[in-house]
Amino acid sequence: MTCEECNKRPATVHFTKIINNEKTEVHLCEKCAKEKGGDLDFNVDPGFPINHFLSGLMDVDKSLDSKQFNKDLGQSDKLQCGKCNLTYNQFSQISRLGCSNCFTVFSKHLNPLLKRIHGKTSHMGKVPKRTGGNLRVKKRIGEMKEELQECIKREEFERAAEIRDEIRKLENELD
Amino acid sequence: MTLKKYIEDASAKWMEGSGPDSKYVISTRVRLARNLKDIPHPFLAGDNDTEKVVKDVNEAIKRGSAGLGEHKLLWTRDLEPIDRKVLVEKHLISPLLAKEDRNSAIIVREDQAISVMLNEEDHIRIQCLFPGLQLDKAFEYADQIDDLIEESVDYAFDEEWGYLTTCPTNVGTGMRASVMLHLPGLVMTGQINRVLSAVGQVGLAVRGLYGEGTEMVGNIVQLSNQITLGQSEKDILEKLEGVTRQLIDQEEKAREDLLQKGEEKLADKVGRAYGQLSYARIISTNEAMGLLSSVRLGCDMGFLKEVDSKILNDLLVLIRPANLQKMAEKELTSEERDIKRANLIRERINIKKDA
Repeated sequence: MTCEECNKRPATVHFTKIINNEKTEVHLCEKCAKEKGGDLDFNVDPGFPINHFLSGLMDVDKSLDSKQFNKDLGQSDKLQCGKCNLTYNQFSQISRLGCSNCFTVFSKHLNPLLKRIHGKTSHMGKVPKRTGGNLRVKKRIGEMKEELQECIKREEFERAAEIRDEIRKLENELD
Repeated sequence: MTLKKYIEDASAKWMEGSGPDSKYVISTRVRLARNLKDIPHPFLAGDNDTEKVVKDVNEAIKRGSAGLGEHKLLWTRDLEPIDRKVLVEKHLISPLLAKEDRNSAIIVREDQAISVMLNEEDHIRIQCLFPGLQLDKAFEYADQIDDLIEESVDYAFDEEWGYLTTCPTNVGTGMRASVMLHLPGLVMTGQINRVLSAVGQVGLAVRGLYGEGTEMVGNIVQLSNQITLGQSEKDILEKLEGVTRQLIDQEEKAREDLLQKGEEKLADKVGRAYGQLSYARIISTNEAMGLLSSVRLGCDMGFLKEVDSKILNDLLVLIRPANLQKMAEKELTSEERDIKRANLIRERINIKKDA
């Protein structure tokens, strides 16, 4: 099969275009495909445009309560991060946060978005060792309390007593 | 240089070993996304900011108590376009980092099992890659490098939301763990779509060999966690491992089924693939991947005792366009690459086990 564009070189790149349910096949040589494709790099994965997908998630608000949404959007129009200057509007278009301060500035809008993406909004994982401070100890206490309940259920009272003492020690550290 | 030596040099050293469950799992990867406090994320950062990120992280790694081992820092802008593509094909950097020269860089350990991408979508992306199914080990290493860097830089972290990342899909643990599975049995028995849609329903993502948006070639799929917030790293890894083990079981059963129902048919398919790869002169990536998958299955099931079962792992990366051009030391047209690819496979298939 020869290239449909130059009619000279063999067609090695084959596309299927679907526009309004109409399917067309295009057969091009590598050179013409590159020229026609513009920025498309056939050797590198172009990736799924996650930002469109996320903007879609943000749009869900519209269908839920359009009046409230428009009111919020009116206010959020003016929302802008004082550190990196990203506006809320820009964020909703590109789905990228500009800096750690954006999280504080956009928090009201971010919470429902994070809930839609992850189902939950509370971090349960690792806490930085050096800068995590008390949170690390608090998380450890939480885990140990769960372990304590498990031990009591299993009637492993000796181990439960050990855990109880360790929890006390950690709680003293917090004070 | 002999081909054997070339493969040893060109493929990452971490791929030399063959890891647990390597009949079904090609590799395991864990990635942690981190950002520095008070510095705009890379897409908004100025040159001074991005340069500071590279400098600070590089120094943090040098200063850190545990150490990363032999490693080097490569600035993307210093790499030739072809070398960037080679690194993408080896999964060491992302296509985004390869395209972006605004002070982006990679710190890579000598064996290439650990790499740290700097100024990609996030300031820092720590990545650990191991052969076979080794989720705990990959996380343990990533976790250590994370602690090492955090000894001297301040991360963007929030008590409620965890690690603050550029994209909301990574917020929380910032962790993406994935396994690359070879599932020819499920494909041949026509069960793959049913199995993969079930996987999707438990909140895991299924993708092709080169991540988001890529199709499944060579019967290889990548399975990874989608949710990063509200679950601990341990929970995420346990779930991924659990589902992977189920897929391994299903694949094992499918292979047994194929054997029982038509050993001759299976041996024929494997033998034909071996024959085609042994004598083909022109071959595309996708065709090669399909045939290599059959040959690898033939090795796993004992039909092809003379072929080294690592063949698929070796060639997975080496037959890709940029790697072929790097090997040829010149640019190649698509047709030239198809010829080069066939040559490389013919030579590789004749490297006997333990040779």
